[in-house]
Amino acid sequence: MAWHGHVCLACTCHLQFYLDLRVDNISAVAPGVLWIAFIFASLLGLGRTLAAEREQHSMDRLLLCPVDRKAIYLAKLLGNLLFIGVVEIVALPIYALLFNVPLPAALLLIVLLGTLGIATIGTLFSVMAAATRARELLLPILVFPLIVPVVISVVRATQQLMAPTVNEPPWIGLLIAFDVIFLSISMLTFQYVVEE
Amino acid sequence: MALLGANGAGKTTILRILAGLIKPSAGTISVLGLDIIHDIQQIRRCVGFVGHQSYLYEELTVLENLLFFVRMYTVPHAHERVHELVQRVGMERRVHERVGALSRGQVQRVAWARALLHTPHLLLLDEPDTGLDREGSELIDALLAEHIAMGGSVLFTTHLLERVLQQSDRIVMLGSGRVVYNEETAGLDYDTLQRTYREVAS
Repeated sequence: MAWHGHVCLACTCHLQFYLDLRVDNISAVAPGVLWIAFIFASLLGLGRTLAAEREQHSMDRLLLCPVDRKAIYLAKLLGNLLFIGVVEIVALPIYALLFNVPLPAALLLIVLLGTLGIATIGTLFSVMAAATRARELLLPILVFPLIVPVVISVVRATQQLMAPTVNEPPWIGLLIAFDVIFLSISMLTFQYVVEE
Repeated sequence: MALLGANGAGKTTILRILAGLIKPSAGTISVLGLDIIHDIQQIRRCVGFVGHQSYLYEELTVLENLLFFVRMYTVPHAHERVHELVQRVGMERRVHERVGALSRGQVQRVAWARALLHTPHLLLLDEPDTGLDREGSELIDALLAEHIAMGGSVLFTTHLLERVLQQSDRIVMLGSGRVVYNEETAGLDYDTLQRTYREVAS
């Protein structure tokens, strides 16, 4: 976990030094930086968890038990959420410091919903990719296209929070809808994915 | 029942299908009168599996592992059942040690305890002697005898023909995923069995 925290912070710091930040363009740039770092760290974390589980045959231990596969999926999702959440909790204050942006409570809601969307898809596809040889390469390739709606929503919602404008779509509402849809589909399909 | 065959014959695959870890690609399978596809959760409650892997969490202690799995199987009086089995497999002195720190034979004992937590009707054993010393093998013999005396069934794979003759009443031999020999052990002697096994395995 420390390694993923370092990746997240390194990403944030590099972009902070690389980008030509001025007061008038911070709201346009900072949300993207935040979510680049979070997505990068999330996928790396999911990939490492996947590799460790594969080595230890962790899934078989649970599959032997008469436990509903949806419950296994939700437990894994919760574990991944906690894992990513800890990295984000550490990274957020540093991000706020480097980019000189506030941390309103609404941002925490956006981060939570966005992380849920990424973790939902990532958990499902990490199990799918586990059965392949190029699993750590395949996971980001599978996940990225599907989390595009979530990424767009969280970046725009974060942007809207920093620099409110009129006539913007309800990004948080869209994010909640995506999360509900992805979570429902993942729970229903997990049992078919996890069993050989 | 003993399941014999050369490496790659399909013995482990059959056990993993019966344990619910793999779905069969064709055909029908019935375990204790239950269909392997439609009644798989009920089958998992009736089956105990001891395989090549321990199916234990190495980061957790013996006690933590067994308490976790006894809850997965919703066994009543969980703590009592766990302590009963820990004593039965001779691991009471190591109950607070991490599984990752145990020897192969000790892990196998805990794996046995795990498989017996929910008092399964059917025990699936994939080369159950692996990693066990003489004392451990005698423990397995005792556990199997108790299980059978309580009305349970056992399907095991092994390369030890002596165990086959001592503990099974039927032998099935596999060759390339197919049954090539299926006989009762009554009246079968070691030399005949060995000769048949060599023919099948070659």
